Amino acid sequence: MSRLTANARVIRALGMRSVRQTFRRPQLIAPIIVFPTLLLAIQTGGAGASIALPGFPEVQGFLQFMLAGAMMQAMMLAGNSGGIALAVDIEMGFTDRLFTAPIPRFAIVLGRLAGTAVLGCFAAIWFLAIGLIFGAEIESGAAGALLAIALIAAAAMAVGGIGAAIALRTGRASVVQGLFPLVLVILFVSSAFFPQELMIEPAKTIAAYNPLSFVAEGIREPIIAGIDATTTLAAVAAILAIVALGLALSAGALRHRLRVG
Amino acid sequence: MEARLRSPARQADLAMIGALMVRARNELVRVPGAAIPGVLAPTIFFLGLNGVFGALTNLPGFPVGDYESFVVPVSMLQGAGFTGAAAGVNLARDYEIGWVDRLLVSPAPRWVLLAGTVLAASARALIPAIFVFAIALPLGARWPGVDGLVISFAMVAAMAAVAACWGSFLALRIKSQAAAPLMQMGTMALVLLTPAYAPIALLQGWLQEVARLNPATEVVEAARQGFVGSVTWADTWPGLLALAGLLLVFGALALRQMQNTNR
Repeated sequence: MSRLTANARVIRALGMRSVRQTFRRPQLIAPIIVFPTLLLAIQTGGAGASIALPGFPEVQGFLQFMLAGAMMQAMMLAGNSGGIALAVDIEMGFTDRLFTAPIPRFAIVLGRLAGTAVLGCFAAIWFLAIGLIFGAEIESGAAGALLAIALIAAAAMAVGGIGAAIALRTGRASVVQGLFPLVLVILFVSSAFFPQELMIEPAKTIAAYNPLSFVAEGIREPIIAGIDATTTLAAVAAILAIVALGLALSAGALRHRLRVG
Repeated sequence: MEARLRSPARQADLAMIGALMVRARNELVRVPGAAIPGVLAPTIFFLGLNGVFGALTNLPGFPVGDYESFVVPVSMLQGAGFTGAAAGVNLARDYEIGWVDRLLVSPAPRWVLLAGTVLAASARALIPAIFVFAIALPLGARWPGVDGLVISFAMVAAMAAVAACWGSFLALRIKSQAAAPLMQMGTMALVLLTPAYAPIALLQGWLQEVARLNPATEVVEAARQGFVGSVTWADTWPGLLALAGLLLVFGALALRQMQNTNR
């Protein structure tokens, strides 16, 4: 068996373990699916009248607009949950056992991130299904839905890289769990939940530069209008920037963990 | 009545409730960061909702010009919900480590054990409420008047008691901290399925119906009255009545579960 195939099998096995682990623990799956679904319902019902505001993009309804926000929230929390699960593995000694196994170290992190990407896919499909059931249309059809799912999966992997880096650096689930509020802050100061032009300062200015705004717009555009190359490329660039940050942090944290044990 | 309160049994009950409340306070003092999630979450929601949905005040029919005033009581009540749910999570943790078993074999009546947990949550809920209020004022929230403020804090303390009853019921039923999301989700839904984001007339059809049926709507309106208008008895008593009903229902559920635990 070639080394590449062996590594792919390791990543697949660890990714499957990560997904199973999430579905078996309510405290891991609830933040990814249940909370964003509840907030989607409440925000759609509570702030739905906002589509009448001057300057609001032309949409079929507020639910259609909010689908990207719910997916972003689920994606961010999937990344955070992945970090928590990795930290629990470190606390239990499971990661130490993997370090002594004849497998490359990057495969250990990549396996966890593959699981996070699968959860991102699941969340995206879940929210698209909810949107369709409750009457929201995906303007660019199946291609747009696939693009949104792909962007969410990639973004989940990218954000998961940062969560993994913090888990590897600290080795404590409580520290990664403590990032939960920070995740919400970063998301609130992006255009995930409302058009950036209609936000209140200073959130409006911060949202203009927040990479998550570009990702949110890249996911929203195919749903409310159609696939736009510029918006999609901006989303991909933002995801790549987060991936680069996650890789750099993870590599440093992995070296640190191997050094200090 | 006075003689009954002075009886040794009643004094022992009150001492036990006091001891449980002191234990909950000690956790705040001794565990670094124990109070932070309960304070941070409603603060973030307040700042986030304000930044994101602040433009809703431009809609015709919105009762105030500043969203801070409209949403600050909701965030204070959300803090109460999180604090009550945290009391449930802590009770589940206490069960997992065997502490509840030891309490149950003590001669203290079970209602006393529940009262200690619930009253501690009520007192703790004032911390996030004060914090959110202190942040909201310099950001432009209206001063609700002393009467409006007292009513808001009373609603917060009572709502935390309701949430703590719900959390305790689940903790003793499921006997695991894994029930935490259910505790938090229940309290979040109770507070947010109300005119939390916008007045009832501006809500979408289904949420309008749910908000009209949800007793917490009256609690939100009562807590909000000083921030968006003047304080009246007509806006206060429905909130008090709703809280009494919620406390009765969730208190009975929690007490029944407490009495059936390990029997």
